[in-house]
Amino acid sequence: MAKPASSLARQATALMTWVDKRLPVTEFWNAHLAKYYAPKNFNFWYYMGSLALLVLVIQIVTGIFLTMHYKPAATEAFASVEYIMRDVDWGWLIRYMHSSGASFFFILVYLHMFRSLLYGSHRKPRELLWIFGMFIYLLLMAEAFFGYVLPWGQMSYWGAQVIINLFGAIPTIGEPLTEWIRGDYFISDATLNRFFALHVIAVPIALLGLVVLHLSALHQTGSNNPDGIEIKEHKDEDGVPLDGIPFHPYYTVKDIFGVAMFLIIFAFIIFFWPEAGGLFLEHDNFVPANPLVTPEHIKPVWYFTPFYAILKAVPDKLMGVMLMGLSVVVLFFLPWLDRSPVKSIRYKGVWYKILVFTFAVAFFRLGMLGMAEGTPAQTWEMRVWTFVYFAFFILLFFLSKGGKTKPVPERVKH
Amino acid sequence: MDKSNAIRTTWLAALLLTAPLVKAAEETAHIEHAGVNIEDVAALQRGAKLFVNYCLSCHGADYMRYNRLSEDLDLSEEVVMDNLVFADAKIGDTMKIAMRDDDAQRWFGKAPPDLSLAGRSRGADWLYAYMRGFYQDDSGGWNNTVLPNAAMPHVLWRLQGIQTPVYHTVTQGGMELRKIDHLELTTPGLLSPEEYDDTVRDLVTYLDYLGEPAKLKRKNIGIWVMLFLAVFAFLAYLLKAEYWRDIH
Repeated sequence: MAKPASSLARQATALMTWVDKRLPVTEFWNAHLAKYYAPKNFNFWYYMGSLALLVLVIQIVTGIFLTMHYKPAATEAFASVEYIMRDVDWGWLIRYMHSSGASFFFILVYLHMFRSLLYGSHRKPRELLWIFGMFIYLLLMAEAFFGYVLPWGQMSYWGAQVIINLFGAIPTIGEPLTEWIRGDYFISDATLNRFFALHVIAVPIALLGLVVLHLSALHQTGSNNPDGIEIKEHKDEDGVPLDGIPFHPYYTVKDIFGVAMFLIIFAFIIFFWPEAGGLFLEHDNFVPANPLVTPEHIKPVWYFTPFYAILKAVPDKLMGVMLMGLSVVVLFFLPWLDRSPVKSIRYKGVWYKILVFTFAVAFFRLGMLGMAEGTPAQTWEMRVWTFVYFAFFILLFFLSKGGKTKPVPERVKH
Repeated sequence: MDKSNAIRTTWLAALLLTAPLVKAAEETAHIEHAGVNIEDVAALQRGAKLFVNYCLSCHGADYMRYNRLSEDLDLSEEVVMDNLVFADAKIGDTMKIAMRDDDAQRWFGKAPPDLSLAGRSRGADWLYAYMRGFYQDDSGGWNNTVLPNAAMPHVLWRLQGIQTPVYHTVTQGGMELRKIDHLELTTPGLLSPEEYDDTVRDLVTYLDYLGEPAKLKRKNIGIWVMLFLAVFAFLAYLLKAEYWRDIH
């Protein structure tokens, strides 16, 4: 420094030196932000990760405030939610942020995962990154399921009934297993209590741990990019990737813009359309849980419906449960199912574009069918799309190795 | 894939995705759009009055407090106490009813449901159709086109009068079935049909509000939040563009 620094700046530097000797704050900042180099060609799809992290924080903060007023007892739960909606100051806002946040979490995670399919982000050397991500997704499903039971409406009760009973299809241990999960012979106060514990403590802690692992694995390999090539293969004399830019400030400012755009959509739902036509908050869930009255049409929330459709497509219950389980488990193996020499869809042949596209259509359509009443015609359509869903993985395995590819550029295209 | 081809597939996909789900032909009563507007404070006031006069003896609204009515409907607490509170209740109490559940069970066969959330679970249009769908059936008892064999009698019958059904026959699977074609007002009530519809609309407006009192303010707040976020997004974009100028 040419000029002597002001006394304040000098003191700040001295303080940071003091801290850094005891805790590697500056080192951490540099390793993960200021000198963490990310490819410069990220596009729209690369907003989803940071936005999912934002929603995780929103869910935790709003969740803490909801916990202050919510009562996890079968006789009081429904009324306490209405108390939050009507009598707690800004309670309705906190509750809508939390209920819409759950749906947005899944929207973002589905887009985030689809990004991997497009650009091969799960491929070598990022297999562990993908697997941690898949565990996050599994835990998120558990978290959403437990959370949905807490308002103790009709759909909370009967949705939980249907999902827990799925475990009953397992031979021999099925029945005792469902009793063990419920803590009772039917869904009751005991079930609500334990689901509350799992929803607010157990699963969130595991989720946060997995997010740390997911990000550590990401920063070990570095981010993939829309071209699916490794920027670390071309470095300057200082060891900085030529196509990399420091995450901070470039991607921090870019992600702030992403956050702003996301919040516009999020706020629109919260303030103008919180039920999202019955998709985010189901109409039947405004009726208190009643074990004696079965609703006409029980269905899970939208983010589970693709898998629910696969379950319903199979006439045999046990086979249906197994196929539904398989439809999630198979995703874990994606890094090894795609054997193409190139990662990104940009340099794969038309075969991959058609595969990914039909897979996306199948998933979307299964989601729609899973919400429907289940006429015979719909059941047949579910079977067709279930077949397409699984055909994707099989065809991917066989077509990817010899499938046509285009030459991959040395350096990323901006 | 060339460009025109890609566009064609995208269109095809859009068609495929929005294709309506094949539904079973089912019999549901025709449900009209109720056209409620909860911003209409006068309608809410009239609806609240109808609610406490006609509904609140059998149906409670256990999650709604009387003083919330005074806050939201432009009424002083005295006006609420004098005109809307008949029970032995204080202004901060919820709109509970005195009837016990087991008595209700004996009298109606089924305890009348709490109406706090009827506007959300059923929706305004359904409630509007329901309150207009009462008729006197062949047994001389009350029935309803929207909720057949409803346990509830037509409490507004003095206002509407008595409707009786006009039938038509349909052939279904080789069997002749008698179906209700429409309802006919055979005994006029105190109100004309138009006045009765307006009255029901007021009541349903109130029920819609009752389901979610926060709805009154959340939209107004939402506009300001959206405006703020639009400005924030614009500034964030400028900041991003400034930083990214040197990235090629």
